[in-house]
Amino acid sequence: MEEVFTLVVATLAATLRVATPLVLCAMGGLFSEKSGIIDVGLEGKMLMAAFFAAATAAVTDSAWMGVGAAIIAAEALALLHGFACITHRGNQVVSGIALNILAMGLTVVLGTAWFARGGQTPPLSAGERLNPIFFPVAGDNVIVYAALLSVPVTWWLIERTRFGLRLRAVGEMPLAVDAAGISVPWLRYRAVLLCGLFAGLAGAYLSIAQNAGFSRDMTAGQGFIALAAIIFGRWRPFPAFGACLAFGLLDAIAIRLQGVKLPGIGEVPVQLIQAMPYLLTLFLLAGFIGRTVAPKAAGVPYEKEH
Amino acid sequence: MQELTSDAAIELRGIDKSFGSVQAVRGVSLRIERGSITGIVGENGAGKSTLMSILYGLYRADAGEIRVEGRPVEMTSPRDAIGRGIGMVHQHFMLVDSFTVLENLILGAEGGPLLAGGLAAARAELARLAQDYGLAVDPDARVSDLSVGEQQRVEILKVLFRGARILILDEPSAVLTPQETNRLLQILRVLRDRGVTVVLITHKLREILSVTDRVIVMRRGEVVAERATSKTSAEELAELMVGRKVRFSFDKAPARTGEPRLVARGLSLVDDRLVRVLDDISFEVRAGEIVGIAGVSGNGQSELLQVLAGIRRPTGGALEVCGRKVDAAHPADPAEMRELGVAHVPEDRLRQGLVPAFLASETSILGYQDREPFCHNYLLDGPAVGKYCAELMDRFDVRPRTPGLLSSSFSGGNQQKLILAREMARHPRLLLVGQPTRGVDIGAIEFIRRELIASRDAGCAVLVVSVELEEILSLADRILVMSGGRIVGEVAAADADERTLGLMMTGARAA
Repeated sequence: MEEVFTLVVATLAATLRVATPLVLCAMGGLFSEKSGIIDVGLEGKMLMAAFFAAATAAVTDSAWMGVGAAIIAAEALALLHGFACITHRGNQVVSGIALNILAMGLTVVLGTAWFARGGQTPPLSAGERLNPIFFPVAGDNVIVYAALLSVPVTWWLIERTRFGLRLRAVGEMPLAVDAAGISVPWLRYRAVLLCGLFAGLAGAYLSIAQNAGFSRDMTAGQGFIALAAIIFGRWRPFPAFGACLAFGLLDAIAIRLQGVKLPGIGEVPVQLIQAMPYLLTLFLLAGFIGRTVAPKAAGVPYEKEH
Repeated sequence: MQELTSDAAIELRGIDKSFGSVQAVRGVSLRIERGSITGIVGENGAGKSTLMSILYGLYRADAGEIRVEGRPVEMTSPRDAIGRGIGMVHQHFMLVDSFTVLENLILGAEGGPLLAGGLAAARAELARLAQDYGLAVDPDARVSDLSVGEQQRVEILKVLFRGARILILDEPSAVLTPQETNRLLQILRVLRDRGVTVVLITHKLREILSVTDRVIVMRRGEVVAERATSKTSAEELAELMVGRKVRFSFDKAPARTGEPRLVARGLSLVDDRLVRVLDDISFEVRAGEIVGIAGVSGNGQSELLQVLAGIRRPTGGALEVCGRKVDAAHPADPAEMRELGVAHVPEDRLRQGLVPAFLASETSILGYQDREPFCHNYLLDGPAVGKYCAELMDRFDVRPRTPGLLSSSFSGGNQQKLILAREMARHPRLLLVGQPTRGVDIGAIEFIRRELIASRDAGCAVLVVSVELEEILSLADRILVMSGGRIVGEVAAADADERTLGLMMTGARAA
């Protein structure tokens, strides 16, 4: 009995650990998408943030400097995305993909140039990382709690504040916002910057909390999984959070089942279970769910007549 | 209460505005009295919308002075205008469909960083406005669930909620049924009696004559006349707008009908969302007659046209087009329909009628591009196409007569004339026309209608779909009324009037 209990708790803790970056990215992405700016570049922002977090922590011996650098790096990419899509009304998907490619290349190039370890950063000591607060085994560091807190905060901001009302309006009908005398670009920039903040935290979590250093392509598509979670959650914070947990659980179970023989089935092909989040993501992003509930103006650059 | 220094709510002096090389507004000076309803009329492109956009801070004037309630003001954004007590109801509603009425009301005037207080205050204010002006709307209804007339009421409430004393309405009745329009005019009278200044931009002279106190007529960016409404007439205003005499009614000979060219039996269409958009539609159109389909936009007329043109295939029922049977099992695509002698002037000119980035000459053969003499051995014959286009332009008075110009450079009326020319030049047996004169100026309207009647007299079967009742009444020999995807009534044009048709359109009465 006790064994089962331990197993369940351990799986839940693992779920939360895996889901943390997904939750942060999903909440960040929600702000951006609600404002009408599609963000395929979550992945790139997170990767860039992870790299700068680990590199800064290694150089300064401070985990908090790492977190700061991660946020600055992600915000820089967010501003670039905003500049391309809001100021210059570029194609949002193209800009997002370009940022992903930029992050993939730049992290490796800078990593090799600075640390000469094939794109990795030097391993971080415990003092240079964010460590668990209450339960050492569970890995409950400060960013995990931030992720948990981000969900109700996001909901509150979007549903209960003036900023949220305008944010929802600008993603549905920017013309109405403009006609009400509110600046469409400024609103969207704020949304994109919020997105950068969350993606920065998610990146820092990957390289200086969950792991002890940056390795190339360490985000492994989690930015896209977060995007799928947003769609799965129909652009609402709590359901999106649920979707992130579901993805996390799949991953945690995959780790659990490694090498385990199940009665009647035999050894479970772990690759299949590991592929599940990606398969599910593919399925969701292909647009099977929730086409009608997406913010109406998402992806459409706003142009004033004349 | 601020000090009032003048009886004019708005005074414009010497306003100029150019877009590139086009001077949209030139030297406009006018004065709008407080507590009056002033109409601004003019053809499309006469500059009336541009002028109001300047007043509302959407555009900046190149020169001139704006005075609101006696004080000179700078308008750089709608926020300035709202702050001066000017509100605008746009032709296309500025409402967020997924929001409730209340949320739309407070957008931009939330009264604080948190919503709860603002929503409660707005609810109370809405109740007061509803009582004062007779503008009742359910505050918790989603805008997407409201009728068009109700949505417009929300727009007016939004403006009043922001404390506007001057209300500008841009073509407010374009999307309304006659009953809803009358209701709107009633509301405008109440607003005026409560001291609100109303500016009504429209090209519908009936509304101008029934509700305004004064009329300002614009033509080619200038104010050409100003009249007290009681001292003018539709004929005079039309003449001032166009700059020459205009005839509204045509002396139509009675129709001499021949064999049926289009027979629909129990036609139905279920769309992707499993909504039945066409429901058991049966009618016929004979050679030598014009059949008009009236209805509030969005009641299945567009879908009906698409099915008849071969763009969508019916899910039930059957068609007989010039002797050929078309149904779900034997569909005909638009090219086959064209072979049968069907010509189609689509409702949405810019999306279905032409390619804006194509030359006028290319537009003039669209759909016929693989035929002689335009095409030999898979290659287009440019000079032949250009020559053909020039001929069409001459016959249909398309201006400017330049086949090498982009289609998008022509005005709406001239684009429509070019499309009509393309479709009518082949002497079709059946002509389908959607919204023949939408966004077309008065001069071109007259021309287009005369051509449609001429083609009827030449023995063509013509089906006209229009949301303009006046158009249906002046063109059609028989009128079918659509509502909710069904044909709810049929009347001979001679027995029809706007009132009965309007009632049928709203489903209030079947004939």
